[in-house]
Amino acid sequence: MATTIFVPGDAAAVSIGAEAVAHAIATTATAKGADVHIVRNGTRGMCWLEPLVEVATPAGRVAYGPVTPKDVASLYDADFLHGGAHPLRLGAVESIPYFSKQERLTFARVGLTNPVSLDDYLAHDGYKGLRRALGMSPADIVKEVTESGLRGRGGAAFPTGIKWKTVLDEPSDQKYVTCNADEGDSGTFADRMLMEGDPFVLIEGMTIAAVAVGATQGYIYLRVEYPHAHRALNAAIEAANAGGYLGADVLGSGKRFDLEVRLGAGAYICGEETSMLESLEGKRGEIRPRPPLPAVKGLFGQPTIVNNVISLASVPIILDKGAAFYKDYGVGRSRGTLTIQLGGNIKRGGLIEKAFGVTLREVLYGYGDGSSSGRPLRAVQVGGPLGAYLPESQFDTPLDYEAFAAINALVGHGGIVAFDDTVDMAAMARYAMEFCAIESCGKCTPCRIGSTRGVEVMDRVIQGVNRDLNLTLVEELCDTMLNGSLCGLGGLTPYPVQSAMRHFPQDFKR
Amino acid sequence: MPPTDLQATVTGVLDRLKDKPGALLPVLHAIQDELGYVPAAAVPLIADGLNLSRADVHGVISFYHYFRDTPTGRHVIHMCRAEACQSMNQRAVEEHAKKRLGVDFHGTTSNGAFTFEPVYCLGNCACSPAVMIDGELYGRVTAKRFDEIVAEWERR
Repeated sequence: MATTIFVPGDAAAVSIGAEAVAHAIATTATAKGADVHIVRNGTRGMCWLEPLVEVATPAGRVAYGPVTPKDVASLYDADFLHGGAHPLRLGAVESIPYFSKQERLTFARVGLTNPVSLDDYLAHDGYKGLRRALGMSPADIVKEVTESGLRGRGGAAFPTGIKWKTVLDEPSDQKYVTCNADEGDSGTFADRMLMEGDPFVLIEGMTIAAVAVGATQGYIYLRVEYPHAHRALNAAIEAANAGGYLGADVLGSGKRFDLEVRLGAGAYICGEETSMLESLEGKRGEIRPRPPLPAVKGLFGQPTIVNNVISLASVPIILDKGAAFYKDYGVGRSRGTLTIQLGGNIKRGGLIEKAFGVTLREVLYGYGDGSSSGRPLRAVQVGGPLGAYLPESQFDTPLDYEAFAAINALVGHGGIVAFDDTVDMAAMARYAMEFCAIESCGKCTPCRIGSTRGVEVMDRVIQGVNRDLNLTLVEELCDTMLNGSLCGLGGLTPYPVQSAMRHFPQDFKR
Repeated sequence: MPPTDLQATVTGVLDRLKDKPGALLPVLHAIQDELGYVPAAAVPLIADGLNLSRADVHGVISFYHYFRDTPTGRHVIHMCRAEACQSMNQRAVEEHAKKRLGVDFHGTTSNGAFTFEPVYCLGNCACSPAVMIDGELYGRVTAKRFDEIVAEWERR
């Protein structure tokens, strides 16, 4: 019988050699007459161990990593097909503390299954949530999601159930479920890993949303920078259609739900929900003033759910195991789990799914093991390019929405980017303004003009020209952008700028 | 490109996609996938096919960083310039890359092999710095590794 070997097809693993490793394992097997079956799974999320190869043995899966193509011959020599001893042998993934200390709900299957196999999905509790939902009234489904305490994981943290209820209560012949998969925030990759590693859970979550509010058409708005996720999603949608989980008659319920992936075109602003809707309509991604809310007048003027990938992918387990199960994780008003993405200058970067409440310090040192360079960590940016920079003195802040709001910071989509002590915070503040200028949709003046002027003023600060005066000007400009912008791009760019000035003033006076 | 070829491509794409709700982005993607860019001469054809004004179509093409109205080199290198990559010495790799390629961002190398573009996050932030070439992702890109990757793509 063939031995099953898992070699991640996840883009991060592929970016550091997984393709060549899979190739070497296959060709060596052929040369040795070994019977192997290679599955391209998602990543287990421990990027420093990638490419992480797992072998299915009668005693369970045995992991080896990080594997390079030149290790493959010695792995065969060590009889890795039977879990043999080797310097790269890690044992069971579940025995690695980085993994075992996590609470994997949304990411339960990622890395475990063949991402595009419907059978594998079903064998690992897939579609249990949808089956239960189909036996419930729409109002009860919405109630279950509301009671779970799930809040939008894209960054705004708006209660998902309340958004759904608005759409449910709007009378309309045509409603839409849209998934915001325009994961443009730097430092974030949870959406990508989920879509590549378990696309069916997103499809199931969207189908439950559609059943709950009476929508018949769904769109996943995916950024064009994610071709691997694009392929996985399309393969999974095709399989779901063929299996009767999508289409004219979802699981014999008589309900229709069609799903299509639409590609963005490299505009960060399209991660803002109203810009995303404009883009889906085939227009420039300029933001819409609110009200009306998308839940009332969204795509093509119809009631529309707009949710982030992780929000929607968390719905199946909530419906399967119940609101109370999910709500049991977390602290205060931040319920459930946060999919933390740890990156930048860090020794052990990756995806960490934890109940809300874990401190930044535990993530950076307990999981991340400090900087990659070996130098002291000096600053971290949490929540993407619009998130605040935090100094070491704030590393004991727990990751929960309210605790971060209390220190003028954002949890956002859960991305954490670490910097060592070589970072120049004045340069980072300038970059925040530069990024805003590049990506502004141009609709409102504070963002469009403010960011351009912000770069110029920061340049004068860095060059030491009328420094005190120009620093005051930056503060005033930030105040205008924060209070005068139409959306979060111009409105939150002051967060990284002002936090850098507040916590690292010495960098602005060199 | 001969005008008849352009017309055939655009007509083929429109026949396939024009009835989709909000068809313009899918249409532009399909044309750029086939031709490598969206030629100015395609704009009136797209506008006609979708019952839009030329200004609408031009406005959309110019809004999105990904769409382009000029041809590229044989391959497109996208280098991430965002924070996580910066924390791992990306700016130095960028300077090196510009010297190696002999172009600044948005430029095409003199041998026509590469167009060099910036991008703001490729979602590979735990393996920074990141580069993508024609949809293939590379992580932990140092100056030395950049040269190796580019040499390999030059042969393709």
